[in-house]
Amino acid sequence: MPTGTPRESHTVPIELAVNGKTHLLDVEPRMRLLDCLRERLLLTGAHAGCEHGVCGACTVLIDGTPIRSCLMFAVQADGCTITTVEGIAPAPGELSPVQDAFCETHGMQCGYCTPAMILTAHALIANNPAPTREEIVEAVSANICRCTGYAQIIEAVALAAERMRGRNQPARQP
Amino acid sequence: MLAQGEDVRLIAGGQTLVPLMAMRLARPKRLIDIARIGELVFVRRQGDAVAIGAATKQCALECDGLIGADVPLLAKVMPLIGHAPIRARGTVGGSIANADPAAEIALVAVILDAIMVYREETRSAEIAASDFFVGPMTTVLSPASCLTCVRFPIWREERIGVGFHEVSARRSDFAFASAGAQIALDGNGVCRRLALGIGAVAGVPLRLKALERALVDLAMAGRVFADSPAAESTLRQQVAAAIADVDPLSDLHASADYRRRAATSLLVRAVTDAYRDAKGEPHRAH
Repeated sequence: MPTGTPRESHTVPIELAVNGKTHLLDVEPRMRLLDCLRERLLLTGAHAGCEHGVCGACTVLIDGTPIRSCLMFAVQADGCTITTVEGIAPAPGELSPVQDAFCETHGMQCGYCTPAMILTAHALIANNPAPTREEIVEAVSANICRCTGYAQIIEAVALAAERMRGRNQPARQP
Repeated sequence: MLAQGEDVRLIAGGQTLVPLMAMRLARPKRLIDIARIGELVFVRRQGDAVAIGAATKQCALECDGLIGADVPLLAKVMPLIGHAPIRARGTVGGSIANADPAAEIALVAVILDAIMVYREETRSAEIAASDFFVGPMTTVLSPASCLTCVRFPIWREERIGVGFHEVSARRSDFAFASAGAQIALDGNGVCRRLALGIGAVAGVPLRLKALERALVDLAMAGRVFADSPAAESTLRQQVAAAIADVDPLSDLHASADYRRRAATSLLVRAVTDAYRDAKGEPHRAH
């Protein structure tokens, strides 16, 4: 410890509802939500990028809203409902419509920003089933893609929105 | 708890403080989380002002009808504060109490001369925004104080217009320079009241009161806001002269000279937009 201050090792009990499952955890107050998800729950889809709120790689949904998990302490999330990229596919081995669209349009290169982009897209489409290109750009601008593959990412979100709008309609006859 | 020492800090949204901690610019021993204190979360009319609780989230103001109608300049800047995930956690009081020189809410508070309400132990007190900011990330509040509410004055004139512009490296990043203006016109379309200021240029948001008075006088004489090249040139000269007196910050991203020039252009645009907005004309693309 470089500061020479005595380290307090007490923990605080918290309850997190993550991807539909409730977890009771004891965490140090200084543990960030990002580290809690990755190290305690082994949900490594939320990535540590810049770790000061700029890049968006750590984005998760809290009660459906994208937030930076690197800027939130786990104790602050006590009682919250959290969705990570591991929680959006309908069943093991399947993909969500947004994930599918990212595959089809090649909406990723290195993939580091992808889980956050996909969660951001899910939140956008949930609130706005028919986003304009500008609205998609505005939403994904909160996440940095350092491969700069934004064109296909925007295409992927638009495709996913289109498919999700049509999902509950009767199939057209050939 | 706050009074126990200087290494105790308040946290609400954490969107300013936690990055500072990540960069080791802040190293508090203890944090006191006030985000869930319901009494600090509200938006309501209070006399001739709109009172906003310090722990009210920024995203809550984005679509608030009261803010849009009564404090249009504040409504105008909300989408420019970080990105949506930042506004989903960041609070109004946190932005003001952390006093980043580039913070949009702080600039609006200074332009409109908002009143900051705070608690210090058992005492409650108020201070004007013009006396609140001391320097970058520094306010007059002692470490034992807690900002509880900010009151933004409502302008009662019928024809109000607002304008705000900023420049940054990437959309929604910290601005290198920003400028805002709110204007009130009389029935003949003549400017009767003007409030304006610049942010991110100096260590604190600046309201330029002498410039406000000069522009109102010139407007009465028909020499600015007259839709003529001469009026535009007069406006620019006045703004440039006022900003020439400012001693700007200088860093890797933007030199002092750049900040002065950018602030001049942005303020001319903001004032022009505010005037057009009040007249009900669409803004021109800049």
